[in-house]
Amino acid sequence: MMRATSPKVVVTFATTVNALAMERSCTEWGIPGRIIPVPTKISAGCGLAWCAELQYKEQIVAFLNEKQLAYADVYMLD
Amino acid sequence: MIYLDNAATTLHKPQCVIDAVAAAMGSMGNSARGTHNSAMKSARTVYDARCALSDLLGFSHPERLVFTANATEALNIAINGLIAPGDHVITTDLEHNSVLRPLYRLQAEQDVSLSFVPAYLYGNVDHRDFERLIKPETKAIVCTHASNLTGNLLDIRRISTVARAHGLLLIVDASQTAGCYPINMGELGIDILCFTGHKGLMGPQGTGGLCVRPGVEIRPFKVGGSGVQSYNRFQPSEMPTRLEAGTLNSHGIAGLGAAAGYIAGVGIDVVHRKEIDLAKRFYTGVSKIPGIKIYGDFSTWQRAPIVALNIGEYDSGEVSDALSQDYGIATRPGAHCAPRLHEALGTKEQGAVRFSFSCFNTETEVDEAVRAVTELSR
Repeated sequence: MMRATSPKVVVTFATTVNALAMERSCTEWGIPGRIIPVPTKISAGCGLAWCAELQYKEQIVAFLNEKQLAYADVYMLD
Repeated sequence: MIYLDNAATTLHKPQCVIDAVAAAMGSMGNSARGTHNSAMKSARTVYDARCALSDLLGFSHPERLVFTANATEALNIAINGLIAPGDHVITTDLEHNSVLRPLYRLQAEQDVSLSFVPAYLYGNVDHRDFERLIKPETKAIVCTHASNLTGNLLDIRRISTVARAHGLLLIVDASQTAGCYPINMGELGIDILCFTGHKGLMGPQGTGGLCVRPGVEIRPFKVGGSGVQSYNRFQPSEMPTRLEAGTLNSHGIAGLGAAAGYIAGVGIDVVHRKEIDLAKRFYTGVSKIPGIKIYGDFSTWQRAPIVALNIGEYDSGEVSDALSQDYGIATRPGAHCAPRLHEALGTKEQGAVRFSFSCFNTETEVDEAVRAVTELSR
């Protein structure tokens, strides 16, 4: 049986490098989340995304802007 | 064996490089192809290498550092992806075939015209020639940072000033300097810096890359798997994916990243000084030997750690073979994939015996090489 899902925020990127830059910065600054495959709900394809519990959405968006990290989009998923 | 063929490839790699490759081969999946632990280990390792190399080369955009198999591939990507039919390109007599052959092919097949900054006495150029050769249709200057035959440096800062003033792209082949001569791509005003991993950087063979300044968009010559945008019919336009179709040599890149870290830890100035001191010691020793012809400008030690010579009229291949068989000294003879410079130096027939030094060579080895050349010249 698949895991139960919970609401989350997902950040997508144009390239793997951008996703890894995000991971490095988040690790350095203690921002919650981890790399996941891009959910097919967002994009039928492949690639890496940053995922965290939905409660951290504002913090992550602020962090993206503060650090001027390159990203494609921010989604909220159930 | 005394290995003095480091301009061809460095034989002695730091242990951390060997360890990194071995560890990678035992643990890494495919970078950017999934998020399981081994795939992520590979992706992170490649990313770390990108950042380490960017730091080492004074390039502040690691996302625009593209990995390739070697400098030849990097140069082919840059030259073929930027030069169009009708363009004019300025290059030099010092170039390696990795620059010359892509340009000659464009000249033959795509109506691209070429001008060559000539090599004069001691293999030097007159830097004023770069500006003299500019035409209305000139698109780029493609030049080496250091000759692989003589070790002479070109004044990249001066060339980039000309390129900027005339709106030209500057593509630099740093095969003989990356890792063993301080380079700051931003300060030097280079648009595209091409490098190999297995020479001065002391990484594995099969690694290299190019750094592409923001604003320069190169048409990829290969397209394919990217790990992103699978349903896009075309290669993603974002860097570095734009120019990195297909699975990367992550195992080799792991070693290259470790090598960059090693050099940064030791200090590139320290590496350069050690190598130049060895080259100087060798030059001082052999320049006293009657009948020795040395090629290059040794009035300055702002150069790559290379000393190319001939003993009288001896075939350079015979000399190199004798050094190997009788003294256990590894050198490179013959032509050095630099045909125009051999012609300029008058060594087309004889070739030259090239001694090239690494920071892992010792003064004792250099002295042994001087002794061997002395004996062979009698």
